[in-house]
Amino acid sequence: MAQLESSFKNMVLVLSGITLFAAVTLASVYTFTKEPIAASKTAKQQNAIKEVLPPFDHLAEPIKIEDGVENLTVHKAYNAKNEFVGAAVESSSNNGFAGKINVMVGFDKDGVIVNYSVLEQKETPGLGTKMVEWFKTDKENQNIKGKNPATTNLTVSKDGGEIDAITASTISSRAFLFTIRNAYHAYSINLDDKAIASTDSTNINIKN
Amino acid sequence: MSKNSNLKVFLNGFINENPTFVLILGMCPTLATTSSAINGLSMGLATTFVLLGSNVVISLLKNIIPDNVRIPAYVVVIATFVSVVEMSMQAYLPALYDSLGIFIPLIVVNCIVLGRAEAFAAKNSVFKSSLDGLGMGFGFSMALTMLGTIREVLGTGKAFGFTLFPDKYGMLIFVLAPGAFIALGYLIAIMNKFKKA
Repeated sequence: MAQLESSFKNMVLVLSGITLFAAVTLASVYTFTKEPIAASKTAKQQNAIKEVLPPFDHLAEPIKIEDGVENLTVHKAYNAKNEFVGAAVESSSNNGFAGKINVMVGFDKDGVIVNYSVLEQKETPGLGTKMVEWFKTDKENQNIKGKNPATTNLTVSKDGGEIDAITASTISSRAFLFTIRNAYHAYSINLDDKAIASTDSTNINIKN
Repeated sequence: MSKNSNLKVFLNGFINENPTFVLILGMCPTLATTSSAINGLSMGLATTFVLLGSNVVISLLKNIIPDNVRIPAYVVVIATFVSVVEMSMQAYLPALYDSLGIFIPLIVVNCIVLGRAEAFAAKNSVFKSSLDGLGMGFGFSMALTMLGTIREVLGTGKAFGFTLFPDKYGMLIFVLAPGAFIALGYLIAIMNKFKKA
């Protein structure tokens, strides 16, 4: 079969045909993968919540605090007797070395950090990416687990705080600790159910 | 003869016309995604899938696509395959999707794919085009895996996640961008030596 001539009619017909076919393919793949994509995102979030909290029975409806810059989500957890056991807070910072850092951090009912999990980060491989493990490792002053942000100054030692920054990644460390302090703030203002997303949350005056 | 030439088409992508080491095409994903062996391999395989798909479809359509609009037609076909890969990966391999991130949609502009469509699929039969797509794809995957392994071993002391030596002896530079250039340069040099010999 000889190649079709490049007449106006042929070009329009062929291009429209190909794009139409592409559109149909994409639409069907989209509908097909929509649910698994949503499911894998929720699963990731749920796993992170389980990882950072003490054992719990059920979660309350997540409380969203949006101030337009740093969005926070508080997931309060209760045990089988409906007693408050702690809360997992999803917190983010745009001041990482390479874009957004998204962290899930869990506090027990006294505000002590149980654990954290880094959900999203694009820091320098081998330097800033160490944050995934660094702040849970029991070595000198780098572990934040078991510390209460109300009594511990969670800033890097270079800024007068009590936490050792990741070697050669002070910016990433600052951004990380900022998300933790911010999360604690969200946690503390939401301790009693009345104070949901009070206006204070829009002015979190913690220097980053 | 025909069997021989089919094999030749397939093997072309590995050594003689290896897209990374000989054609020096698609350098952006090559340098950016090879910080570990597994990332390099997965990027290579994703590209292989797109290459195979687009080569087959373009070679099927080569006679009905008028010459003047062939490039837009090719780009639409390639972009469709890339979006399919992207969505499937996000759905079924979320961890991998997270680590490759922006480089999956960028396969669209990987010049290897358009290059093979224009240089090979538009002139050859469907069967040969599929062999060419596979060969080029595997050649690309091989190159990316080699580069990824070298960088991972030298940079972190691991290969495919298995520790070979403690990572405090690793040379950080190999995980970062400059290491990618250094390793790639040496690989190309070694490859040239082999080809001449």
